[in-house]
Amino acid sequence: MPRKIKTTIVENGFEREVEIEVPDGPPVSWGDPKQMRIIGKRVPRVEGPDKVTGKAKYTADVKLPGMLYGRMLGCPHPAARIPAGGVDLSGAERIRGVVAISLVGPEGKTCRYVGDEVAAVAAPTPELAEDAIRAIRVKYEKQPFAVNPDASRTAPQIFGNEPNVAPAGNRAQGDIAAGLAASKATAEGQYTAQTRLHCCFETHGHVCKWDGDNLTVWASTQAVHGTRGDFAGQLGRYGMKPAQVRVITEHMGGGFGSKFGPRIEGIACALLAKKANAPVKLMLTRTDEQLAGFNGPGAMSRIRAGADASGRIQAWETSSENYGGTTGGGHSANGGPYVYTAENVKAEWANVFTNTGPGCALRAPGHPQGCFITECMMDDLAAKLGMDPLAFRRANLKGNRLEKLYLAQWDLGAAKIGWHRRNAKPGAGRGPKRRGIGMASGTWGGGGGGGAEVDVVIHRNGSVEVMNGTQDLGTGTRTYLAMIVAEELGLDLKEVTPRIGDSVYGNSPGSGGSTTCPSVAPAVKMAAVDAREKLLAAIAPALKAKVEELEIGDHVIRVKGDTARSLTWKQACARLGMSGLRARGGWNQDLRQGGVGGCQFAEVEVDIETGKVRPIKIVCVQDCGLVINRLTTESQAYGGIIQGIAQALLERRHADDLTGRILNPNLEEYKLTGPMETPEIEIHLFDTYNKVSGIGEPVVIPTGAALANAVFNATGRRVPELPMTPDVVLKALGKA
Amino acid sequence: MAEEQERSQVSRRSFLKGVGTGAIGTALLGGPGAEQAAEAAPANGAVGPGLTRITLTVNGQQRVVQAEPRTTLANVLRNELDLTGAKVICDRGSCGGCTVHLDGRPVYSCMMLALDAQGHKVTTVEALAKNGQLDPVQSAFVEKDALMCGFCTPGFVMSIRALLDRNPNPTLDQVKQACAGNICRCGTYPRIFEAALAAAKAERSGR
Repeated sequence: MPRKIKTTIVENGFEREVEIEVPDGPPVSWGDPKQMRIIGKRVPRVEGPDKVTGKAKYTADVKLPGMLYGRMLGCPHPAARIPAGGVDLSGAERIRGVVAISLVGPEGKTCRYVGDEVAAVAAPTPELAEDAIRAIRVKYEKQPFAVNPDASRTAPQIFGNEPNVAPAGNRAQGDIAAGLAASKATAEGQYTAQTRLHCCFETHGHVCKWDGDNLTVWASTQAVHGTRGDFAGQLGRYGMKPAQVRVITEHMGGGFGSKFGPRIEGIACALLAKKANAPVKLMLTRTDEQLAGFNGPGAMSRIRAGADASGRIQAWETSSENYGGTTGGGHSANGGPYVYTAENVKAEWANVFTNTGPGCALRAPGHPQGCFITECMMDDLAAKLGMDPLAFRRANLKGNRLEKLYLAQWDLGAAKIGWHRRNAKPGAGRGPKRRGIGMASGTWGGGGGGGAEVDVVIHRNGSVEVMNGTQDLGTGTRTYLAMIVAEELGLDLKEVTPRIGDSVYGNSPGSGGSTTCPSVAPAVKMAAVDAREKLLAAIAPALKAKVEELEIGDHVIRVKGDTARSLTWKQACARLGMSGLRARGGWNQDLRQGGVGGCQFAEVEVDIETGKVRPIKIVCVQDCGLVINRLTTESQAYGGIIQGIAQALLERRHADDLTGRILNPNLEEYKLTGPMETPEIEIHLFDTYNKVSGIGEPVVIPTGAALANAVFNATGRRVPELPMTPDVVLKALGKA
Repeated sequence: MAEEQERSQVSRRSFLKGVGTGAIGTALLGGPGAEQAAEAAPANGAVGPGLTRITLTVNGQQRVVQAEPRTTLANVLRNELDLTGAKVICDRGSCGGCTVHLDGRPVYSCMMLALDAQGHKVTTVEALAKNGQLDPVQSAFVEKDALMCGFCTPGFVMSIRALLDRNPNPTLDQVKQACAGNICRCGTYPRIFEAALAAAKAERSGR
């Protein structure tokens, strides 16, 4: 009898909850974590030696005989019309060995941001490719533009048929006026989280190689199989089918939500390779990456909120905007107070378009922004009420199914940061350098979904392979494939060879929404269980026992309770046929859990004379279900927090109102957290269920908000804007 | 395997191509773009703008390439010598992903022309492991999980290796300063600090 369950699916990195039908088989479990030899332990990743020696080959490192180097030409103007026939490639084509293609259709093109793709070239060296794009002549008819939201409000329409400020949704619950009337204290605020860039260290890019009608693509992607389908779909007019495309992603240098398909540069790479009759590698330059390789939309909310004497939020009224450049966006405070609940809510939100690159998912899309917005107002309102911010939050979890979890996490986090040391009254400290402590909470789906097909092969010599097309974004996917199989079969990790990152292996969903582990790990477990059962069935006659009387121990298969009847692992495998044994597993919803909660506490020091904010310590308490690999899971938590610090204090894309240019499409003026900015970080994995869940995204959510509230606690002034750079802090302190 | 690829730089194909264009002497070692005629050096000693013979000492071996004078050391290592450990990430000296050692000092190979590296000893991350045995810095990076996507990792390994070569007993602050010119988007810093200190300790106690 099939049953229906709710799960999260991810499209282009944005998660959405859907109801799906699943077969109702016998329940499966991971077993008792305390009995496990490998799962839950600290296991260095299996590809580590390749990555520290330079052996690991990323797409950017692939070099094929006769390969050409590709390069994109982007529009230098924030808004321009290219007329039909407006791209003259002849200058580029006169350079020896160069092929060039126009990306402007026969009807011309309207470019809507600096970097909007116009043409592409392939040349024998990267240096000649640069000469080639410089030699392309393009007719640009410049148009009016707006690169910042404020300018966009009064600018001519960026899209002919849509206003620059486009209402995107609203929500109402209860009666706001009554809620405000019932409030003892109210607060108002306007909070803005910046538009951020993914800054993948390996830029978007591909190597394309044709063999007749078949295309092999090395792709820096978060979705091996999805990318195969997209290449076939977009090259459909050339008669491509998915079976003719092979996608390989041995290693990839970061995606963070921005690498889900070939995009225009991937298709250009394939077309250039066809035209040149040679393999082409086309990796975006850093500048192109920062201009056109997507962004994580910014967010703004104006909020009026009120709470009664008990601290219960009676009214939460918001008007929000999403800043995704030429696309819409969305953030988790659009519809209300994020993880908290309020008695009465009125919310409306809109997209504000600008002539800047397109937005897409960026690690927990919309959540770090929404968390910052919500948690700022939570502390501002708590201060108005004169309540401890934690006590105030405790009063506002009514109806949240994670209530008990948050209460326990907050107690732990408060103890670890020393919550009692905070300024009871924000800004109560003295002197030029002031300390403060703040906190914030987040939530995420991360329950995964179906579709993964994992194969396990046991060879006659006792070696084992586990295979799936999935990609390892740096989260440790390759390692847990081997761990789960080794655990199930009583083997050591090194005896299991994981093979991933290739569309010739079984299907795998894209890595978005922290769904890789909860989508793939259950299928690995099911494949390992299948392999185990098949092996036991194959050797049961030799042990003169029934399958159910057998058990697998450490490199041994034996009859339960009879030590005399056993075979070593190698002896058992030697009894298999010539090609060994092949098993397959699919997703199983009983092995995964969605909907995690976490919180972070931050301590900062603010220099009120210079406006400099120095993070001192961050404590992370994160629910992540069953931990498969404690070492790599903690690493992801460190990484999330370090990205959150950049969101809070450093990352700002400067779009110049006058010229429409992005002034810092690079990595020195677009600032990321460096070694010197990294504070003490303490991770507490809050194990809750014996089922796997994703952790990549939840750990990035609360950091910026916790730091913002720590700054508020230190200074008594709200810094309402991210990043909290010295100029922004001094302005909030009334000193600039 | 790596050695084979390095040797195959002088392929039959590029040799014949060289003969065909009548520029045997200079195009012999030509990689991509070898068909471009190499320019004769002007009398004033200036080179370029065409393909130029560049002789480098890389990982203890003499290597000869034909590249334009504007080619960076990073691009020669990666595109001509297939030493792709050093990564080009920012391509303008702000991230440290392309860090190699020049006479033992860490340098950004994207900020140096290959021509200017002539006469110096270039060491890349590929040369740290000896006889299949990881360098202590590399082992510590693996053991402490000081890498995630791994794209910036070779740069960090080279910065930390250079630190331990000049200071075998660094403090945490000295470790941070030594890699302050490197950035990691995945956020592995706490693990890198841990690995650097562990590697230093392991080396002091005799590897």
